[in-house]
Amino acid sequence: MLENFFYVFIGVGLVFDLFGCIGLVRLPDVYNRAQAATKCVTLGTCMILIGVAGIGFIGANWQMGLKAVICAAFVLLTSPVAAHAICRGAYISGVPLWTGSVEDAFADRAQVIRTQQTTEGSVQSEEAETT
Amino acid sequence: MKRLTCLVTVFVLWVGLFWSLDLVVLGAGVFFALLVSTYLSDVFPDRIYMILTPRRWVFFLLYLPYFFYYCLKANVDVALRVIHPDLPIRPGIVKVRTTLKSEMAKTFLANSITLTPGTLTVDIDGDDFYIHWINIYTDDPAKRTAEICGRFEPMLRRIFE
Amino acid sequence: MSVFVQIALAVLLLSSVLCLHRIGRGPSAPDRTVAIDILGTLVVGFCCVMALTTKQEYYMNIAIAWALISFVGTLALAKYLEGRSYDA
Repeated sequence: MLENFFYVFIGVGLVFDLFGCIGLVRLPDVYNRAQAATKCVTLGTCMILIGVAGIGFIGANWQMGLKAVICAAFVLLTSPVAAHAICRGAYISGVPLWTGSVEDAFADRAQVIRTQQTTEGSVQSEEAETT
Repeated sequence: MKRLTCLVTVFVLWVGLFWSLDLVVLGAGVFFALLVSTYLSDVFPDRIYMILTPRRWVFFLLYLPYFFYYCLKANVDVALRVIHPDLPIRPGIVKVRTTLKSEMAKTFLANSITLTPGTLTVDIDGDDFYIHWINIYTDDPAKRTAEICGRFEPMLRRIFE
Repeated sequence: MSVFVQIALAVLLLSSVLCLHRIGRGPSAPDRTVAIDILGTLVVGFCCVMALTTKQEYYMNIAIAWALISFVGTLALAKYLEGRSYDA
């Protein structure tokens, strides 16, 4: 009975994974894609992991359950940081927002970051130099 | 002190992953915990003694289901937007201010923002958060701050400050 | 439960194919980086389903290692996009 509950958990996680990947294909620019994909796939994978942990604990498979919980914590902590780093890198390397965007408050700050990098003389990618 | 807590954390994680109390496993665990805490203890968070306050743990355990509820809501919202034939999005980058002070609290706030409705943290500059929002529906800065940060700030302040 | 496992693997495979489509088509480098990151997270899901099917917990070791290594790789790619040196 309780086991079936966790199987439902895994099923919902799989559906979220699929929606995240559909979003990755359908949405128009990098920032929107990163949003949909990161949110849905992180929660989906975490739900799969929690379901596996629950089934492991019910079957007295403590090692599998504990590892699944640790892995869920890792995914939950690392995935938003990765999305943030990619979006920041994308903006600074000069990928434009989608044409339907209504506001852009980051442009000034990005320019400041680029000039700081140029004056520091650190390793530059070609995109950062040309923009 | 910081090195000691780092050592204990790494060692507990090691034993938890191996799930055995064999002498070889324990010896190797002590060796690697010493190695890691020697080289990497300065990236470990400051003020680690905060973990000993039970009140913070109570609020942290309350925070998890609260966060999970909003995360689920966000996912259903984004999933509906994605499968809608017209793609109803109005994206843009907005700037909001937070009242949280400690680095740890800001990190958790940024991660929570990324995983909740339609928002993604692009950069943090002092107190300013630059946030990519998938559906901007208001121009009022106070309302924006309440919508993006207001949900989590009271809880996070009690946990991390 | 074997039907459930087969459906789960099929859904994950379909998601991976959509990710690969974005890796192939992506107009810019950050698009591909996002897709690679998501593919890494999907592999963790694959490992979980395999651990459930075979009742072997060593698949979870692969899942943990894969989650952490794909995180480090994504950060390195992001820093490269940003045009910064790697040790800052």
